[in-house]
Amino acid sequence: MSSSTVNIAPQKTIEKQPLPWSLWWRQIRAIFRLEVEKNFLGRRSILLYLLALVPIVPLVLLAPFTPPGNEWRDFNQYNMIFAIFYGGLILRTVVFFGCAWIFMNLFRGDIIDRSLHFYFLSPVRRQVVVVGKYLAGLVTSVALFGATTIIAMLLVYLPHFYSESTRFFFDGPGLGQLLTYTSVTALACIGYGAFFLVVGLFFRNPIIPALVLYGWEWLNFLMPPLLKKISVIHYLHSLAPVPVSEGPFAVVAEPTPAWIAVPSLIIVTALVLIIASYRIRRMEIRYGSD
Amino acid sequence: MSETNSKHRPIGQDEIRNSKSEIRNSLIVFDDVSKFYGEILGVNRVNLQIAPGITSLVGPNGAGKSTLMNLMTGLLRPTRGRITILGIPTDQPEQLFRYLGYCTQFDSFPRGLTGREFINSFLLVHGYEKKKAAELTTIALERVSLMEAADRKVAAYSKGMRQRIRLAQAIAHQPAVMILDEPLNGLDPMVRAETIALFRKLAADGLHLIISSHILHEVDMMSDRVILLNNGYVVAEGDVHGVRDEMQEHPMQILIRCDNPSKLAARVFDKDHVVEARLHDDRMGLFVRTRDADRFYLLLNEVVAEGEINIESIAPVDDDLSAVYQYLIGSEG
Repeated sequence: MSSSTVNIAPQKTIEKQPLPWSLWWRQIRAIFRLEVEKNFLGRRSILLYLLALVPIVPLVLLAPFTPPGNEWRDFNQYNMIFAIFYGGLILRTVVFFGCAWIFMNLFRGDIIDRSLHFYFLSPVRRQVVVVGKYLAGLVTSVALFGATTIIAMLLVYLPHFYSESTRFFFDGPGLGQLLTYTSVTALACIGYGAFFLVVGLFFRNPIIPALVLYGWEWLNFLMPPLLKKISVIHYLHSLAPVPVSEGPFAVVAEPTPAWIAVPSLIIVTALVLIIASYRIRRMEIRYGSD
Repeated sequence: MSETNSKHRPIGQDEIRNSKSEIRNSLIVFDDVSKFYGEILGVNRVNLQIAPGITSLVGPNGAGKSTLMNLMTGLLRPTRGRITILGIPTDQPEQLFRYLGYCTQFDSFPRGLTGREFINSFLLVHGYEKKKAAELTTIALERVSLMEAADRKVAAYSKGMRQRIRLAQAIAHQPAVMILDEPLNGLDPMVRAETIALFRKLAADGLHLIISSHILHEVDMMSDRVILLNNGYVVAEGDVHGVRDEMQEHPMQILIRCDNPSKLAARVFDKDHVVEARLHDDRMGLFVRTRDADRFYLLLNEVVAEGEINIESIAPVDDDLSAVYQYLIGSEG
């Protein structure tokens, strides 16, 4: 084929230049905006809203009634009731499956919709796409499930003990507990989010590894102390403001102090995101036939 | 003295190297590229140097056209070999897509966006500032005649409008290389003609346009050169007439309209390069098959000069892409 010397070639592309942080930041913002919009307004978001409402609906329905039995008339019991409600329903179920849905769909959803090339055909480092999408997933999940945590806690106390609750939140430990529970929810989103993002990149059907992790997290209370530490839920439990007994069969392990639990979760999350970045860097898109 | 020296000094190795590298940096280069999907062959041992202009990829389904395009854009990685686009390796998307636009066959529209928002958001992802992105968006939409529908949701677009918005996406950042997978699909005849004119203009401006299409007469009309693919192999490449000329095993067919085809037949038949001479059904023309079209045209010049036969027209019958395709690949495009 004949060659031509029309000089439209980029000049010195190999030349070493400083890292373009401001460009990456603009690109992350653009990706973040698109993804947040998709997470909140896309057709897949309906399931998320329903999931976020799961703990709220029964509490709203129960709000006008005080259940029979003396324990329900004791304000202090409600600390334990919310701790169990939070650990069992909000953290292990709503946040877990909500994060699975949001983060697995960040890439897997685009692959299914055949729209990942919107990003792959842009001059964006693929690692930047991972960061933009992850941050969007994080903001979505923390906003939704953080709100669920706050509303659920307020609904547990306020309708039944209004004056005690006011004192509990404003003069007692209530506000601190509320912040701690919300922070634990945020940390859960950080940890589970990274795991599910990477699962969505590696597995064609990410439901199976998600269920395996779900089982692992639920059976965590039966595991020896060393294995307990290979989980997200162990660290989250360690941070909970009200310790909850895990039952007569539970293997007791020392809770990990917050100064270890929080950085550990963040470091593991960072490592998982690096794996995701490596994976996406080598990812191929193959649509249809020739 | 020193001036003379500088004018006539021998060209150094460095200059030769730089000049070669400059030429290579203006080309799309495939160096012994193969792609296998497991055991299945995508493309095999492709060596190409594609210059600016319109290059069409032609071949039946499964020939390797999309594989070649996806390799060029880095969406696929070659199993073997190396591809560079204007000197940039295809595994560096952050560099590559500053100079390359790809119009795929598939939609990649984030939901709920209007045409304008779609192009604008694509440019923001590129990293453009808001003002510049808005400006480039308007230019791209104008170029594909989509300004009127710019503020309608992409989801409500017709097939032709979707095709145009994809085209706008590919040209929005004003790339030097455009790869267009079936870009004329779904366009009405008017827009088709406008789009082909746009391609011609972009090619005249020195851009590379790599186009895959099934519509051979359109490819023939707009392409500077073609790459014919079959079963993952490059069967032929070059400008259509050049490729046709090299197909010695298929003599060129020429139809000569004249007032005395029988006499013309007798005149040309004894030439060694003429394989066949057959009268047209209406007996007002002669089909000739020749192995050397240039010599045959010279012969016709002599016939005209002799003045015994009045020649009205001369038209090659199979000097087009359809014929090349049929001879090399064996079926109609």
